[in-house]
Amino acid sequence: MGNISKPTAASEDPWQALSQFTPARIALGHAGMSLPTRACLDFQLAHALARDAVNIPLDFIALSGHIQAQGYQTLNLQTQAENQRVYLQRPDLGRLLSASAVDCLQRNACPNADAVVVVADGLSSKAIEHHAEPLLSLLLPQLQTNGYALPPVCLVKHGRVAIGDAIAGHYAARLCIVLIGERPGLSSPDSMGIYFTYQAKPGVSTDADRNCISNIHCNGLSYREALKKLLFLIDAAEKLQLSGVNLKDETTDDDLENLPQQANFLLD
Amino acid sequence: MYKTHLANLSYDFKTLRNLMAKATPPRSGDYLAGVAAANNLERVAAQWVLADVPLKQFINEALVPYEQDEVTRLIIDGHDRAAFAPVSHLTVGDFRNWLLSEHATSEILTALAPGLTPEMVAAVSKIMRIQDLILVAKKCRVVTRFRGTIGLENRLSTRLQPNHPTDNPAGVAASVLDGLLYGCGDAVIGINPASDNLEATARLLHLLNDVIERYQIPTQSCVLAHVTTTLKAIAQGAPVDLVFQSIAGTQKANDSFGINLDLLQEAHLAALELGRGTVGNNCMYFETGQGSALSANAHEGMDQQTCEARAYAVARKFRPLLVNTVVGFIGPEYLYDGKQIIRAGLEDHFCGKLLGLPMGCDVCYTNHAEADQDDMDMLLTQFAVAGGTFIMGVPGADDVMLNYQSTSFHDALYIRQVLGLRPAPEFEQWLQQHQLFDAHNRLLQQREIPALFKPALQKLSGHSNGQH
Repeated sequence: MGNISKPTAASEDPWQALSQFTPARIALGHAGMSLPTRACLDFQLAHALARDAVNIPLDFIALSGHIQAQGYQTLNLQTQAENQRVYLQRPDLGRLLSASAVDCLQRNACPNADAVVVVADGLSSKAIEHHAEPLLSLLLPQLQTNGYALPPVCLVKHGRVAIGDAIAGHYAARLCIVLIGERPGLSSPDSMGIYFTYQAKPGVSTDADRNCISNIHCNGLSYREALKKLLFLIDAAEKLQLSGVNLKDETTDDDLENLPQQANFLLD
Repeated sequence: MYKTHLANLSYDFKTLRNLMAKATPPRSGDYLAGVAAANNLERVAAQWVLADVPLKQFINEALVPYEQDEVTRLIIDGHDRAAFAPVSHLTVGDFRNWLLSEHATSEILTALAPGLTPEMVAAVSKIMRIQDLILVAKKCRVVTRFRGTIGLENRLSTRLQPNHPTDNPAGVAASVLDGLLYGCGDAVIGINPASDNLEATARLLHLLNDVIERYQIPTQSCVLAHVTTTLKAIAQGAPVDLVFQSIAGTQKANDSFGINLDLLQEAHLAALELGRGTVGNNCMYFETGQGSALSANAHEGMDQQTCEARAYAVARKFRPLLVNTVVGFIGPEYLYDGKQIIRAGLEDHFCGKLLGLPMGCDVCYTNHAEADQDDMDMLLTQFAVAGGTFIMGVPGADDVMLNYQSTSFHDALYIRQVLGLRPAPEFEQWLQQHQLFDAHNRLLQQREIPALFKPALQKLSGHSNGQH
């Protein structure tokens, strides 16, 4: 900056200091009155990452390999959304198991299952690729320690959250835990969510019956924090015999900043 | 009665509701709902039949029964027959011709608005091309006022949207200041709170109020919490300029939002009572979007564009300062790609304007939609050519709280520059007076921090000196 004999075509904003307060794209500068090249390409890069997270298929073979290496069985299932285009336009089909998936579940009966753990690609394959295996490596041993009988971990291609209901219904399991890739943001393309439903029933359970732990990614909720919340919800649900809007997460948010900053530079 | 014979095929659409759905341009949400035309020919057949339907038929045949839906009752009971008289003899097809003609002037369209129902304008939009939607909307003039005057000819306003993932006050303030320095915020400074609770809402309301007062900005604030939260904030004495609410076009969908007409009326009266406007008292801010009724499973068999137009009947009852169609936010299961988003945005603007509303558009998309910045540039440009009232201003077009892409401060400057559009007059004067803009509404090229904000920013550089 400041080389007067060779001015660049873009002007920087002399308020970069504001960026310490927010992840928002502020103080970008301007070329004419438009976005400078660097900021323009930064955006395109973030968009490409987010689009890839949606459109690049999850490697289910690799994922099941990782989970089996931890000593757990897996099943690979599909929904009735036969391809990505259908999946994006027909959320209803992403909630229904394909005929072959139903067959597969019937061949892998597990009487007296307490909890099903389902992993669905959802809207971000990157979220599952990055975060499902590390979270399961904490969750599955903990569920077993707590005495829950688990059928194989179900890995679902083109799945929506409610696909867990169909699987929980099949195993007559009390607890349904779904790990799913969340709608990717430009700044968080690989965010994973966990949806927990107590006594999930296909076609009956609604979003109001679920508890959601969202924003699990490197700059969001940590695996341990997410697990803490989930275990709290499971315990509370077993006591109350319900989940959803009437079950409140009362853990304290260690990760999140809750307190307002006392000082505000614009006003003080 | 809704029958035709076309290309050796017979069509019988049975009801007006069905006919409307079949005539609507392709939209993934209508396929999801199972109400869309099966193919192009059925769609065009429906459009031919719809073009022959008399406008009067929309008064006689409610798409959702009068007895079961308060939005229908609002539409029918509120219909102004005297205002309707000039077009009451027309069919939908003739109405399109008339709207495009020189008979339909700004003055005549303003007088006609109370005589039109949402279903009439939705119907005519279905047989219009994009250029028709633009041409007619451009003739409509809707002006509203609070601390500034919104909607004057050759003006385009912006909502400054300084969202932050945790509602951190300094984080919000940083985006507010960045936006103001780029000339954004004359429609409203409006925050979507990360959590809809009273304490967070009140804190943000005070923050925005203090900034507006301290810097004497001729604009209004809004925290986009649920109307019941805002009512509690008003009762607590929080400084509420505009009351916000998301609204939809059926009673059932509004139920799912936790609202009804009585509740909106209560909120409208509470905000009027505060009397915080200086040049006018339009004090409501509504948001809508095609697909919202279906997503609540409350579309009552209607197509999503007709549902959307019915939401405008709810909006106009409360004389809002701003109505915003958040067109691409909902995702590809309702609007699949850029093409569907663009057309939907222009339809919404057209329908809203004909019904007399100050229509803005959140030109936006999510990352799972088949859309990108080029699509948004097309919608932004077409929307502004159509005389759109306001757009969003989000830092770098990336909303870091809601995780979607909207228009940026730079986008607003682009469109003002190419079309010669100006901000609201009161805000324009403030921008020029404080040397944020020059006399031609351009950013000053040698950018010094304007004197107004120098003290605040100097404090910061004092703070961060140690880090550099």
